[in-house]
Amino acid sequence: MNTLILAAELAYWQQTSIRAVVGLAAVLLPAGTLVYLFLFKMMSFMQSRLGPMEAGPYGSMQLLAEVGKFLQKEDIIPAKADRVVFKAAPYVVLVSTFLLVLVIPGGPDLMFIDVDTGIFLALAVSSISVIGILMAGWASASKYSLLGALRATGQLIAYELPLVLAVMGVVIQAGTLNMQGIVMAQAQGEIFGFGGIGSPFIITQFLGFAIFLVAVQAELIQPPFDMPVAESELVTGYLTEYSGMRFLMFFIGEFATAGIFSALAATLFLGGWYVPGLDPTDTLFNVIGPMVLMGKVILVAFLIFWFRFTFPRFREDQLQTLAWKVLIPLSLINIVATGVLKVVF
Amino acid sequence: MDPVDDVEAPAVDAARDDLVATLAEALGDGLVASEVQPGVDVWVRVAADSWLAAGVALRDRCGMSYFNFLSAIDWQPSPFGRDMDAQVDGPEANDPGPMEWGTTGGETRFQLLARVHNPATGLGVTVKADLPGDRPEVDSWIPAYAGADWHEREAWEMFGIDFRGHPNQVHLYLPGAFEGNPLRKDYPLLARRIKPWPGIVDVELMPGDGDDESGDDGEGDDA
Amino acid sequence: MTATTDARKLAYIAGQAADARVNVELETEGMTLNIGPQHPATHGTLRIIVRLDGERVIAAEPVMGYMHRGYEKLTEVRTYPQITTLVNRIDWLGSFANEVPFILAAERLMEVEAPPRAQWIRTALFELSRIANVVLFLGDMGVQLGAITPVFFAFRDREFVLNQIEAVTGGRFHPNFDRIGGLKDDLPKGWIDETRGVLDRIRTFCDEMEDLVAGNEIFQARTRGIGVIPADVGLSYGLSGANIRASGVDWDLRRDSEMGLVHRELDWKVWTHPDGDSFARYWVRLQEVREACTIVGQCLDGIPSGPVMAKVPRIIKVPAGEAYVETENPLGIMGYYIVSKGELVPYRVKIRSASFNNVSITPWLLKGVYVPDVISILASLYFILGDIDR
Repeated sequence: MNTLILAAELAYWQQTSIRAVVGLAAVLLPAGTLVYLFLFKMMSFMQSRLGPMEAGPYGSMQLLAEVGKFLQKEDIIPAKADRVVFKAAPYVVLVSTFLLVLVIPGGPDLMFIDVDTGIFLALAVSSISVIGILMAGWASASKYSLLGALRATGQLIAYELPLVLAVMGVVIQAGTLNMQGIVMAQAQGEIFGFGGIGSPFIITQFLGFAIFLVAVQAELIQPPFDMPVAESELVTGYLTEYSGMRFLMFFIGEFATAGIFSALAATLFLGGWYVPGLDPTDTLFNVIGPMVLMGKVILVAFLIFWFRFTFPRFREDQLQTLAWKVLIPLSLINIVATGVLKVVF
Repeated sequence: MDPVDDVEAPAVDAARDDLVATLAEALGDGLVASEVQPGVDVWVRVAADSWLAAGVALRDRCGMSYFNFLSAIDWQPSPFGRDMDAQVDGPEANDPGPMEWGTTGGETRFQLLARVHNPATGLGVTVKADLPGDRPEVDSWIPAYAGADWHEREAWEMFGIDFRGHPNQVHLYLPGAFEGNPLRKDYPLLARRIKPWPGIVDVELMPGDGDDESGDDGEGDDA
Repeated sequence: MTATTDARKLAYIAGQAADARVNVELETEGMTLNIGPQHPATHGTLRIIVRLDGERVIAAEPVMGYMHRGYEKLTEVRTYPQITTLVNRIDWLGSFANEVPFILAAERLMEVEAPPRAQWIRTALFELSRIANVVLFLGDMGVQLGAITPVFFAFRDREFVLNQIEAVTGGRFHPNFDRIGGLKDDLPKGWIDETRGVLDRIRTFCDEMEDLVAGNEIFQARTRGIGVIPADVGLSYGLSGANIRASGVDWDLRRDSEMGLVHRELDWKVWTHPDGDSFARYWVRLQEVREACTIVGQCLDGIPSGPVMAKVPRIIKVPAGEAYVETENPLGIMGYYIVSKGELVPYRVKIRSASFNNVSITPWLLKGVYVPDVISILASLYFILGDIDR
């Protein structure tokens, strides 16, 4: 995007507004796609039903209807709620989502910001949502919300670690924290001398990919790690007291984050916007790159939602055990192995 | 008599007779009356003072470790009869008539009713105890059967029977401030004072019966 | 009665010890949480007040009565044929099975016996309502543990069973089909073959559930060793049905008593499980659905010809006397203690419903478990609110 924008010699405010619009689209479009494709349709087909069919062909306009429904609903704030914090919480959660999208490249020149610590920044800002969730749970003045928020906090902090450690392997192999650099490393790399498909890190870092997906599942608070919102016991955890617009924001946040974490996984492990066989520096990728990335996002998101609709949920102590006693040791082993191999080859 | 196995139903039922004998030995005078329907069922009536002792004896000496239910019967017939179902403006109380007791007889207005089983043999026994109408009071069965807890709460609120030693004798079904004991026969069915029950004159036709004076066959008047 | 195995004794002692630790070691201020009366997990309007220390339950007290309909009072002003309409609504998922013990008790007092054909059809419908009821449990247990998919399969396949019940009785949920002395009608044409097809579907469903739900590692982690009920405790609380058989008590009224149905003439098996935990209850119910399919299949093969109604008076007056008849209903033992004085209406009917006893163990059982396990234990006990509140 840099070159394109620079070529047109746009003023700063023009660049910024373009970035804002594209950013909004980059968050909302994948979120909507995922909701329709997976929540409405794939889930329905898995459960031997059709899902929405009335609004538009195959219910494709259902999403608009849902948004309209939420916008019309009364905005209820519990009497004893901490009103300011209660109202602010959804924005804090959304902030983390919007910041995450910044570092993901859509093509060789197509990115919002090009920072050398890209993946580091992404993992750091992804933690902001914990604060929003804790705010939501505390401010709701509901016991279910509070329990849910405390569970969510414990869980998100625990799974932050395997998430970061799983990425470490990729970083070691790519030799850079820059997201664009990681994509390029995959595009131009080769596996044991064979460079025909580049070197998507999912092959060499499969353990890291698996751990990353599991941790993402927990970060997204989806089954089997949805204890904080466990609808059969905590109603919906920290979301219990939210309605209308504010609930919609949480909802968008949830699915947009799912999309963006899928994009992160696609970038880190599947080669991002790159398609094997083409020259990664070709400006063609500025056009097809986002589409390629979107295809890979849907692939990864399919996995994430497949787990979501299939598994029962872990109990709080069981999922903590899984994080601390299984995932973290495994990812440490992965890092050591990657480091040793990196030195050897 | 059992409708299915009546052919092989013995005239003498050794297992049930043994049970009664064991109880008689354990309770002495506490066992007031008993009735055995060979091959079907057995009832015993104990004195109210021996109520808990009967429970312990059944559990420990007869292997009746399974607690089935506990309830009560109010033998004082309702002063309203079925009129309470048919009249809107408050049924008139009429003379309820004398008390007539059922199996194993009775002496007083209330009769406690409990049933326990032996899961190994499948044998079950119904235990009864007479309680006075003015101030029914009896020992709790919780020391013998933990499951009696809720049943006694139900009997307390529905019949007004006081269970001595019950740790938590509060309303189970009814709201906390509810007054009255709904399952006592003199407690009128209040809902019917607003609207009479339309099925009061209903008689169901049997298959093959020609429909004569009573056309409606009693189906379809679901609540 | 089955002897308590050492393993379960140890688990029981460990549970008690955990209980004691909660009370002495953690001196944090507790929190009282109201689960219900309107809550996704309570299948209706059960309310459970739990006292929490962190995520651990110190004390749990179920509160019910939100749906109490006073059936025991109403039966005193209803004629016997009218009462079947009421009792249909006790366990509303297996309605036909509610009617059976009441009708059998009235038949015992009247000394009437249903013709063989009626008894066989009764048995088939009795077991079909068990399938319709328990199939829903098999899916619902998944939902309570967070797996949303199985319950859709359960609803889908239960529909076929309900269709078969409807084809005979005209009612999907409340058949009201049983009569003193027999049944209202005979079977419709072609029903037997259709039902065979439905049984195959249900067997497939059971295989799916065994694979998808019972075989899932997370499901097992959430249910094994959770909510252990030792046999002696279960017996003293009057637990029944799969709940007590999952504790290793080999007692099934269908096999062990003369219920008035034809189960004893058929070849089937009573399943028990030694563990007594939530998983065991799920597993036993799963097997019971399979056995119910076997029973219905044999009924379909063996239904004799003949009338479906015995000769009974047009106006039913039940002779004076007392009778208690219980059957092994989908939720457990359901019994009616009928006191008759020879009138059109019974003098007193005590309804012994399974869920009331099954849930009465919860204050004991929920002590010291985690909040998520409260839900899974309640789900595994499987109660219907109408069956508790009557």
